[in-house]
Amino acid sequence: MNADATLTLPIPPRQSLSHTTGRDRRRNASQWLAFMLLRGAILVVAAALAVIIGFLLVNGLSSISWSFLTEAPRNNMTEGGIWPCIVGTVLLSLGAMAVALPLGVASAIYLHEYALPGRLMRVIRLGVNNLAGVPSVVFGLFGLGLFVTAMDLGVSLLSGWLTLGVLCLPVIIGTTEEALRSVPSTYREASLALGGTKWQTIWRVVLPSALPGILTGSILGISRAAGETAAIMFTAAVFYTPKMPKSVFSDVMALPYHIYVLATAGTEIEKTRPIQYGTALVLIALVLGMNLFAIFLRAWLQRRGER
Amino acid sequence: MRRSTREILIKQVFLAAAVTSLAVLALIMVFLFMEGLPTFSFVSVKDFLLGLDWYPTDEARPDYGILPLIAASGAVTLLSSLLAIPLGVMTAFYLAEIASPRVRAVVKPVVEMLASLPSVVIGFFGMVVMAPFLQNFLGIPVGLNLFNAALMLAFMSVPTIASVSEDAIYAVPRELKEASFALGATHLETLVRVTFPAALSGIGTAVILGMSRAIGETMVVLMVAGGAAVIPDSLWSPVRPMPASIAAEMAEAPFRGHHYHALFATAVVLFLVTLSFNVLADYISHKHRQTGSASL
Repeated sequence: MNADATLTLPIPPRQSLSHTTGRDRRRNASQWLAFMLLRGAILVVAAALAVIIGFLLVNGLSSISWSFLTEAPRNNMTEGGIWPCIVGTVLLSLGAMAVALPLGVASAIYLHEYALPGRLMRVIRLGVNNLAGVPSVVFGLFGLGLFVTAMDLGVSLLSGWLTLGVLCLPVIIGTTEEALRSVPSTYREASLALGGTKWQTIWRVVLPSALPGILTGSILGISRAAGETAAIMFTAAVFYTPKMPKSVFSDVMALPYHIYVLATAGTEIEKTRPIQYGTALVLIALVLGMNLFAIFLRAWLQRRGER
Repeated sequence: MRRSTREILIKQVFLAAAVTSLAVLALIMVFLFMEGLPTFSFVSVKDFLLGLDWYPTDEARPDYGILPLIAASGAVTLLSSLLAIPLGVMTAFYLAEIASPRVRAVVKPVVEMLASLPSVVIGFFGMVVMAPFLQNFLGIPVGLNLFNAALMLAFMSVPTIASVSEDAIYAVPRELKEASFALGATHLETLVRVTFPAALSGIGTAVILGMSRAIGETMVVLMVAGGAAVIPDSLWSPVRPMPASIAAEMAEAPFRGHHYHALFATAVVLFLVTLSFNVLADYISHKHRQTGSASL
């Protein structure tokens, strides 16, 4: 996270200055070997990503067409497009962000600007970290128990928003805190010195400079919500619905759930392969596109910060 | 309203927001226990946790023993950690110590993108590519098995392990490394004997978080692990880890029937495992926090 804050270390020269012994050569050779091994690890990681993306591109690209993107599924979902799934996923992830963003930003402001180190802060942080580690299927059951059943919202967009919203909360809190950390304390001091109150300082000085960082975080949150499956399968998404969502109480179709359903539960798994590939490609294009945008945005911010 | 009262009020609003996470965590526990505890009215805790048979839909005599599911989760997680820990830690060392800023600017996003791949896509890949490949290449009867699931999970936990370890390596004070260099150690020797031990607690945290991610991951094991609720006897056995069982059966379980409650109770077990992993990670990272150059 704080990668660019570290200084590069001076690396000692490979050879000693006066004379090179056999022992020195061995040490250098083992270093060379070990570093090649580390490079190999990176290659494995990069290859994994490349193989998955490449495979989806090769197999999925032929399925993508204007009608695939804009039509509803037909004939028991064996033909037609995925438009309702795209709409469902976009609605679900934007709504989740509407829930998570205000709460997450406010939590981060408390943790970074107000809270003093102590027991309360430690407990809150432990809570946030643990929330981040809750399995997504457990979020799904929680949503089923609380929103769908106890609050009687049913399997609906609203239940999905709330479930995904709490699931994304730690992402938003983490990235917002990072954004707040990057605002120089001199900004705050200047504002306080001019007689601004704490709140005026936060609202007029800290938040505007942290805004691009918060934006990065919310993009990452949206992409996390868009790819989530287990949390929506009991709360918002359905197998198939012929109706487009009309209200917040409508159930929806969603891209990740559509992939899962077609790939595992249909009677014609082989026949619908092209639709599965196409849907997976659309989903990763959406998710990776947002992530790349966030990564570039962050890199740009860091460059701006250094100047 | 006076300025100072308003300030206090605003602070309280932010505090309330910050406590939401805790409240949600508490609510998750309440709902899991509320729906899960009734399980123990029809099966004892011992038979539930140690029972060898999971036949919740049997009409005549349903069995609710989740030991095969626990064993499957454990096996998948351990195997995936064996693959992911070396890969993740090596990636972290490469990024933190060896890569030039230019290479880093490319490699770091690659790791982040791997982290952001939706799990359903990785599961799909495991199903349609890895499973037939394993079947043909190794001549095994089923490609959807323990090994395949562990392999897919490994690629999901590598980014977690790598990024948390990387932070730990960065936190090692510069003075320690400089001292090592000054004594004539090579970069590798410094890395192995100074940086690695100094970052060890952070790397431990990273490993635990990675394992916690693997054990709770749902879609991959649901699609790839094979689904047989038996205790695995080889790398190639089809298995049914806890999250897979919950996700696959919840839709069909009659509302508030025995099966429904048993699935919630399984989720309680899963939740308690990940919770203890996360608390342990938090404990280690606080206890052994690197506070200065003197703490090696």
